[in-house]
Amino acid sequence: MISLAHYLIVGAALFCLSVAGIFINRKNVIVLLMCIELMLLAVNLNFIAFSHFNQDVAGQVFVFFILTVAAAESAIGLAILVVLFRNRSSINVEDIGTMRG
Amino acid sequence: MNDIALVIPEATLLAFACGTLLVDAFLGRRNPAATFWFAVLGGLVVLAELAHSVPDTIRIGFAGTYRLDVVGAVLKTFIVALVLVSLFYAREYFRKRGVSQGEHYPLVLFATLGMMMLVSSNSLLMVYLGLELLSLSLYALVALQRDSLQSSEAAMKYFVLGALASGMLLYGMSMLYGVTGTLDLPDLLIKVSVAGDKRLLLVFGLVFVLVGISFKLGVVPFHMWVPDVYQGAATPVTQFIGTAPKLAAFAMALRLLVDGLGGLAEEWHQMLILLAILSMGLGNLLAIAQTNFKRMLAYSTIAHMGYMLLGLVSTRASGYAASMFYVTVYALMSMGAFGAIILLASRNSEADQLSDLSGLAKRSPWFALIMLILLFSMAGVPPFAGFWAKWFVLKEVVGAGYTWLAALAVLFSLVGAYYYLRVIKIMYFDAPVVSERPEAGQDLKLVLSVNGLAVLALGLMPDMLLRVCLDATLSYPPWQ
Repeated sequence: MISLAHYLIVGAALFCLSVAGIFINRKNVIVLLMCIELMLLAVNLNFIAFSHFNQDVAGQVFVFFILTVAAAESAIGLAILVVLFRNRSSINVEDIGTMRG
Repeated sequence: MNDIALVIPEATLLAFACGTLLVDAFLGRRNPAATFWFAVLGGLVVLAELAHSVPDTIRIGFAGTYRLDVVGAVLKTFIVALVLVSLFYAREYFRKRGVSQGEHYPLVLFATLGMMMLVSSNSLLMVYLGLELLSLSLYALVALQRDSLQSSEAAMKYFVLGALASGMLLYGMSMLYGVTGTLDLPDLLIKVSVAGDKRLLLVFGLVFVLVGISFKLGVVPFHMWVPDVYQGAATPVTQFIGTAPKLAAFAMALRLLVDGLGGLAEEWHQMLILLAILSMGLGNLLAIAQTNFKRMLAYSTIAHMGYMLLGLVSTRASGYAASMFYVTVYALMSMGAFGAIILLASRNSEADQLSDLSGLAKRSPWFALIMLILLFSMAGVPPFAGFWAKWFVLKEVVGAGYTWLAALAVLFSLVGAYYYLRVIKIMYFDAPVVSERPEAGQDLKLVLSVNGLAVLALGLMPDMLLRVCLDATLSYPPWQ
């Protein structure tokens, strides 16, 4: 039988992977966007598991909203990426650093 | 039907935001002023409706997700008023730089709608939705200068860090939901106080939620985006980010920490002390090293948000009122400081270096005086508004028994006074690089003068605003 703890562990693992991906990644901005999506999915998993085991539907409603917002968020993220690429001709994370101090 | 009555200002604002988009699409090309005036009309209508919607009790609607109370109504009024003023600055900036950006106005209105939702939220879901509507509009606003490398870089950094922070916030919310089984903030308040042995899990969730709040406020160690975004974005966008959303972030802290997690006050007030000390210290120290005026103001924001947190540390109604006073006064001061950058900007210069201010007293004695008022106020010199803001907050901290913290805050504000005074020295004693008077339209000159004088007037008569803040937070803390 799969218990609540199993779901939470998977959720936490995905969450940690995505945070690590954001901080360790030094190559590509698109990977950052993927990590952000993964992070939201980890949260969704948490919400659904809690919703199921608490017998409360509000958590699943929340997930619908998160999915919708995530779609809007990645649209804006990709749009910013296109603007950045036009100006810089590179989507390397290390190239983003003209401002310092 | 009853529910709709709660959100009439928000519904109007939504209609006007969509209308502004249409006006810009159909008339914006030929007549850029039409978009601006339509947005201003929207702001005025919403402001009038807000003035009529101050409730005497807390009213809750939309299945418990939305609430209308006094503190919310007051904060929303302040936010819309600030946004309205910022529109005038933005128009002058676009006119001076010779760019027409009609998209600016609808995006600002959508961000304002997000702030109003955030302020009125009564459930974790509404906090999240309001926050995202605000943040997504802000990301787009920062990226709006499409041909500027700096601003697209700033937008990318803001976006990635902002998405990370909202992910953290959501993870914390999922923990709170899992332990208590509710998304409703008042429900959460009750269930947190009877959590018993599950308290540790709640604190785990609290830490993540606090990361989200700290990011939105821009306090150390979640401040990395602030300097880059302030420097990279166009000045009116920076001005917008530095004013109204700070009030919204304060409201978010109030809703989540006090209305929802008041039962964990023992835990979060210690975390807030740590955040406040780090922000006041690092913000003030790093500001000294800056040569870019916008970047200096960014570090000054970080420090100011640290002071603002001190009011929340006291966990009393008067402390929340002091914080609210602080954040309102701060928004007014930073509005004026960025307004001065817009005043100095010209077609081929953003005028955001400290050296651009040199000799301002000779070029324009009146606006040097206005700037003097704003900078003295930010440094906390009496009799300006910024002094009272710091005074009320420190009084609360001492009242709560943290005399050492108040002493530390005063020490850091002495460090802060150095870089504000340095700007005054540059304005009054350095030789001007260019000699002609700053060119600007009459409306900008009027708005900037009123803005500076308002800071002076608030300093001479702080009671009125303080009264409003105290009355607004009368129902706090909600667990009594």
